[in-house]
Amino acid sequence: MSLKGAAYIAGAWEHPTRKAPDKSIALLHAECAKGALEDAGLTKDDIDGYFCAGDAPGGLGPLSMVDYMNLKCRHVDSTDVGGSSYQVAVGHAMEAIAAGRCNIALITLSGRPRSEGQATGTAPRPGNPAAPEMQFEYPYGPATANLYGMCAARHMYEYGTTSEQLAWIKVAASHHAQYNPNAMLRDVVTVEDVVNSPMVSTPLHRLDCCVISDGGGALILTKPEIAKSLKRPLVKVIGVGESPKHQAGGEIDLTYTAARWSGPPAWEMAGIKPSDIKYASIYDSFTITVLMQLEDLGFCEKGQGGKFVADGNLISGVGKLPFNTDGGGLCSNHPANRGGITKIIEAVRQLRGEAHPSVQVPNCDLAIAHGTGGALGTRHCGSTVILERE
Amino acid sequence: MAYTARKIPFVGTPDTNPETKPFFQGADAGKLMVRRCTSCKKVHHYPRELCPFCFGSCEWQEASGKAKVYTFSVMERANPPYAIGYVTLEEGPNVLTNFVDCDFKALKIGQDVKVTFVKTEDGGPSMPFFTPA
Repeated sequence: MSLKGAAYIAGAWEHPTRKAPDKSIALLHAECAKGALEDAGLTKDDIDGYFCAGDAPGGLGPLSMVDYMNLKCRHVDSTDVGGSSYQVAVGHAMEAIAAGRCNIALITLSGRPRSEGQATGTAPRPGNPAAPEMQFEYPYGPATANLYGMCAARHMYEYGTTSEQLAWIKVAASHHAQYNPNAMLRDVVTVEDVVNSPMVSTPLHRLDCCVISDGGGALILTKPEIAKSLKRPLVKVIGVGESPKHQAGGEIDLTYTAARWSGPPAWEMAGIKPSDIKYASIYDSFTITVLMQLEDLGFCEKGQGGKFVADGNLISGVGKLPFNTDGGGLCSNHPANRGGITKIIEAVRQLRGEAHPSVQVPNCDLAIAHGTGGALGTRHCGSTVILERE
Repeated sequence: MAYTARKIPFVGTPDTNPETKPFFQGADAGKLMVRRCTSCKKVHHYPRELCPFCFGSCEWQEASGKAKVYTFSVMERANPPYAIGYVTLEEGPNVLTNFVDCDFKALKIGQDVKVTFVKTEDGGPSMPFFTPA
């Protein structure tokens, strides 16, 4: 049985903050929940399913947050696959709704790495040594930036991808961010600005990296009958896919991402192809992340991502594939170091016709929101959501 | 950009996971130990008791220490900068490591490298690193 259309995104809300030193992480989650409920026209008592991931404080999955928000749930899920968790949650919520395990599902994400001074991309963080890989990786200084830098270096070696091509991804994001009053980086940048910014970890420059921001977001999913009783435009979930990729016992290939595996089931469920997509939210922890995922989702052939993104092809109103029209993680927001939910929220804005007029895609009826969580250089999860305006 | 030695951190001890203790004992003796499956005969990394390809039983063997650079990234923001990368061992698997005793600007994907061992800080075990062959 296909789950296509079994759930609708009835509420979507992004916290406007990018720096929240005076708020607790739990409060940020609750403010996002409240915002998404108001957006949907629902109340807290309507929620009977709650979905969160590792950013939810407390350590026992959803327990602390359902207590803090005083939710009465029939179904909870706290699958944690980093920044891709929220696309995964959309799929899991749709399954739960289709199975009758809940009617109104709430998904929240929040965090404040900026206020906490976290050097997200450049400082290796020791983990539990009982994690089987930890002692074979931590001594070598794996930080986020160099784990993605290794992928970029291999992609350049195999396919001739250039720093200038990667820079076009940041350029496109900056063109969109200029219209987002909440974006952290609103100045339009050029290819030269990106390639001349300080090197962080070769071949990735500072402007190849996403921002570090506080904030969060929330989504409300519900079944078709309830969605159609609400007053908001109808955004239907028509395709989902999730898949992890890892070192494969040493057979790791850094030239592709898990999108190669999460994309096909989503395309198949949706019954559409990449060329049907009007707007794409693509996870953008780094420029290379975007380029590789676009290839792996089928927007261009493997190895042709550099040519595909160049010359403004991702800029709304200019290129063929408008992407991350809120400015994305590269320029606007990467709350809790997890950009999955903001990808879905901007896709919902586009499908509702509620994006900024300067970046709104005309007649936007089909959109994709793809997430990556973890690190492309070691292990990560890819998760794909395809949405349709009804 | 020249290589400058940095303190190499370790987390836990070689006893934390009994499954991999022989790897660290080997490294302290200047040997790069890898696991080979007695069923499918493939070598994997990081080392496991059960083969990640077929769940067969594995035995330890000393690797040649010869490898080729698969990829690398020089973390220029760190002080001192360091070069993380994967090497493809002669025995097959790609292994995460750092490159030492070399000019980072001259490092090339595909070049031949060989293993060398560096002690981790605070009395931790030695770990395998790679340097141009």
